Amino acid sequence: MRITLHVWRQKNAKEAGSFVRYDVPDVSEHMSFLEMLDVVNEGLIAKGQDPIAFDHDCREGICGMCGFMINGAAHGPLRGTTVCQLHMRKFSDGDELWLEPWRAKAFPVLRDLAVDRSALDRIIAAGGFISVPTGSAPEANALPVPKEKAELSMDAAACIGCGACVAACPNASASLFTAAKVTHLGLLPQGQPERSRRAIAMVAAMNENGFGHCTNLAECEAACPKAISIETIARMNRDFFAASFSSRD
Amino acid sequence: MQLDAKVPSGPIEKKWDEHRFDLKLVNPANKRKYTVIVVGTGLAGGSAAASLAELGYEVENFCFQDSPRRAHSIAAQGGINAAKNYPNDGDSIWRLFYDTVKGGDFRAREANVHRLAQISVNIIDQCVAQGVPFAREYGGTLANRSFGGAQVSRTFYARGQTGQQLLLGAYQALERQIGLGQVRMHPRTEMLDLILVDGRARGIVTRDLVTGKVECHVADAVVLGTGGYGNTFFLSTNAKGSNCTAIWRAYKRGAAFANPCYTQIHPTCIPVSGDYQSKLTLMSESLRNDGRIWVPSKKEDTRPLDRIPDAERDYYLERRYPSFGNLVPRDVASRNAKAVCDEGRGVGPGGLGVYLDFADAIKRLGVGVVRERYGNLFDMYERITGEDPYRVPMRIYPAIHYTMGGLWVDYDLMSTIPGLYVIGEANFSDHGANRLGASALMQGLADGYFVLPYTIGNYLATTKFEKVDAGHAELRKVEGEVRERTKKLVESRGKRSADSIHRELGKLMWDKCGMARNAAGLGEALAKIPEIRERFHREVTVTGSGEEWNRELEKAGRLADHLELAELICTDALERNESCGGHFREEHQTPEGEALRNDQDFCHVSAWEYTGPGNKPVMHKEPLTFEHVHLTQRSYK
Repeated sequence: MRITLHVWRQKNAKEAGSFVRYDVPDVSEHMSFLEMLDVVNEGLIAKGQDPIAFDHDCREGICGMCGFMINGAAHGPLRGTTVCQLHMRKFSDGDELWLEPWRAKAFPVLRDLAVDRSALDRIIAAGGFISVPTGSAPEANALPVPKEKAELSMDAAACIGCGACVAACPNASASLFTAAKVTHLGLLPQGQPERSRRAIAMVAAMNENGFGHCTNLAECEAACPKAISIETIARMNRDFFAASFSSRD
Repeated sequence: MQLDAKVPSGPIEKKWDEHRFDLKLVNPANKRKYTVIVVGTGLAGGSAAASLAELGYEVENFCFQDSPRRAHSIAAQGGINAAKNYPNDGDSIWRLFYDTVKGGDFRAREANVHRLAQISVNIIDQCVAQGVPFAREYGGTLANRSFGGAQVSRTFYARGQTGQQLLLGAYQALERQIGLGQVRMHPRTEMLDLILVDGRARGIVTRDLVTGKVECHVADAVVLGTGGYGNTFFLSTNAKGSNCTAIWRAYKRGAAFANPCYTQIHPTCIPVSGDYQSKLTLMSESLRNDGRIWVPSKKEDTRPLDRIPDAERDYYLERRYPSFGNLVPRDVASRNAKAVCDEGRGVGPGGLGVYLDFADAIKRLGVGVVRERYGNLFDMYERITGEDPYRVPMRIYPAIHYTMGGLWVDYDLMSTIPGLYVIGEANFSDHGANRLGASALMQGLADGYFVLPYTIGNYLATTKFEKVDAGHAELRKVEGEVRERTKKLVESRGKRSADSIHRELGKLMWDKCGMARNAAGLGEALAKIPEIRERFHREVTVTGSGEEWNRELEKAGRLADHLELAELICTDALERNESCGGHFREEHQTPEGEALRNDQDFCHVSAWEYTGPGNKPVMHKEPLTFEHVHLTQRSYK
C-alpha cells in the first residue's frame, strides 16, 4: 500500500520545527509502524539527508521508550498498543498520516519526534518508592498480601512510563502516571509507612515539573497502551487529601 | 595475563560466608570519599548503583536510554528462580545449584553457581519489600510455577512482566538515591572507552547522545552492567540499542573476554516476515506447556492446514523425546526446529518456521482456559502477525536471545583489569554453556544487590589511589582517541547505511555461527568477516555531524565493535572443538544427535586476551573442576 506521511521535523530544542511530507510507496502490511519509518529513513540516508529521529528500544511494547502522535492519537489508532507494536495492516492504501511529538510544556522536544521525559523520573525520585535499603528486608512470606490487592496493584504497576497520558491530556497532566505509582505502592502493606508522604511529595513534584491538573477528561485512560484505569487517579486524590488533612509536615 | 579466579578455600557451602568475613571493610565515614562509576541501569547495573549509594559511596550512573527504567531487563517475561522451597516440593539451595551447573552443561564455575543459589532467597525478600507485585495465592503467600529444565516449582513471577517489575523495583531504589543526591544519573549517555591509570580502571569516556559532547569521568572503580552482545547477529530478541561497545572497549584495554561463542537461542520466537524486519519478538516459553509443535511429514507440503491429516503431521519433539516431549530444553528444541526446516519441511514464508498448535489444548481445556493462561501472548502474536492463534496454529522459529559469554571475572566479579568489575549478562560467570529459564534475572540482581557491594569494598579498602585530576595525561589521551574515532565515523560518506551492513553481518553469523556450527562454516565466516569490516569502513555513510543527536553515528560506532567481536565469537567457536549447551558443533554429536562434550580437552573457560590491532588474540584457560556435581551426559529422552 501507499502511505503519505507528514512528519514534524525539528533539528533541536532551540530551532523551530515544521511538517515535512514523505510519500511512502510499497508499504507491506506486515511491517510495524517503526519498521515503516526505518524504511523511510533508509531512503533519506541514501540521499544523504538526516533520518527522522524517534525514540524506541525494545520494540515489544514494554520499555516505554517509543511514542508519538499519529493523526492526533498518542501511539496511533489501536487501543492498548504502543506504536512499536502497531502494524501497518491497521491502515489502508492511500492513508495520510500526521506524525507529531508528544506536546507538553514538561516534555521539551529534543529532535523531530523525540522529547525529553526526564520530568517523569523526577516525580518517581520525589517519592515513588518504598525506602528499603538492600539487606534490610524481612522474609518474603512474613507479610501476606491478599490476592485481590496484589492483582490491583499489578494492574497499576504495569505502567511503562511512556508519557502517552500526558500527551493525550488537554491539560498535559501527568496524573495517570503519578497515580499509577501511588496506587501500585499504596495498595501493598509494604507501602503503608510512606503512603501519606508519598502522595504529597509526588503530587508536588508533578506540579513543580510543569504538568497540568486533572479535570477528569479521561483522555489518558483511552491513550494508555497498558489500559491503566483512571480509578487510580481517584485513589491518588483520596491519599493526597487524607494526607493533606492529617499530615503534621 | 594470569587468570586467578580467587575462589576461596573451604567447603563450598561456607565459601561465601567465610569470604565475606575475610573481605576488608571501608569505614562508614570514609565511603563518601570514594566514587564508583556504574555503566548500565538494568537489573545488575541499577541494583548495584542503588545499593552502593545506600552504603554511602558517591555513584555516577550511565545509560544510553532516556531513563534508567528502560534497560532491556524490562522485557524479561517468565520469572525469577529462588530456592525458597515454598511449595514444599523438595527444592533446596543445593538443588538449584545442581540444576544450574547441569543445565549449563558443566561449563560454569561451581563456587559462583553455589553462591548464586544461596543468594537467590535474599533477592525475593528484597524485591517483595520494595513492593514488587509478585503473583499471590488466595492466602496471601507468594505463588510459584515450574519452568524449563527444573522438576520443582521455584519460579516467582509477576504475570508475564517479571523483568519489568523487578527492574522497576531496582529503578525506584535508584531514583530514591538520585533524589537524595547520592547518585548522579547520566541518561542518554554512551560509554565509548575505558580509562586506565597505572593499570587500574579509573574512569570512562562518554558521549552525550543529545549534544554530542565527549567527556571524561574519573572514579576509583568502574562497574560494567551493560548486558549481552546478542545484537551482533542483528536480528535478536534484544532491544535495538543493546550493544557490545562497553565490554568490547574494556576488552581492548586489557579485560579478558570469556567464552564468546556461548550464545543462547530461544526456540519460541515469531519468525522473520520480511527483509525490513528490525528485530525478533520472543513468545514466552510457557507456551510449550500446552502447544504441540509439528511440521508436515512431507517436504514442501503446500496443502491448506485442514487438508493435512493428523497422520501426515510430524510432532517431531514428541516423537524423538517421548518423556520430555515439547518441553525439552531450549537448545534441543531450537536445533530440532532447524533440522526439520533444513529438510525442507518448514512452514510459512521462506520455509523458516514450525507450527505451535493449540487445537488439542482448546479441545481439551476449552477456549476460556487457554485464554486465561496465554491470552496476552495470543494477543501479542495476533498484533504482530495478523493471524488468530485460536483458529490457526502459531508459527515459531528460534532466535538469538542471550549470551552466556562475556568479560571474564574472578569470584569477586573483578575482570583482569584491577578496579573494573563486570556484572549481570555482561560477565561470563554463572550459566556455563547454557542458561536455564528464569535464571538471568536471578543473576543480575544477585550480582548487583548482594555480591558487588561487598567485594568492591575490599578493593577500595586495600588499594592506594593516586589522585587523578581532569588534566591527567591518560585522560586526555583516551579522550583524544575517542574523538578521533568519532571524527572518522562522522566523515564516512559512503553509500550504505550502518543497518544494511549490520544485516549482512547478522545473516553470516546466523548461518555459520548460529544454532549449529562446523569447522568449514566457521572458517568461511572468519574469512568473510574481515571483508565485511573493510567494506564497512569504505562504504558506510553517516549523515549529520558529531555535535548533535545522531543515531547513524551511534549505530556505526556500535557496528564497528560488533564487527570485531563477531570475529572473536567465530574464533572461539572454531577453537572449542566440542559441543556443549548452546554451542553445537555438528562434528560432535551423539548417535541421537545430542551435544557431545569433550571433558578431556575442553573442561575449561576460554578467556581471550587482546594483543593489538591485526594480531591474533591469545587464549588463556581457566580449568574447571567439578567436585560436587559430577560430569554426566545430559539426557532428556
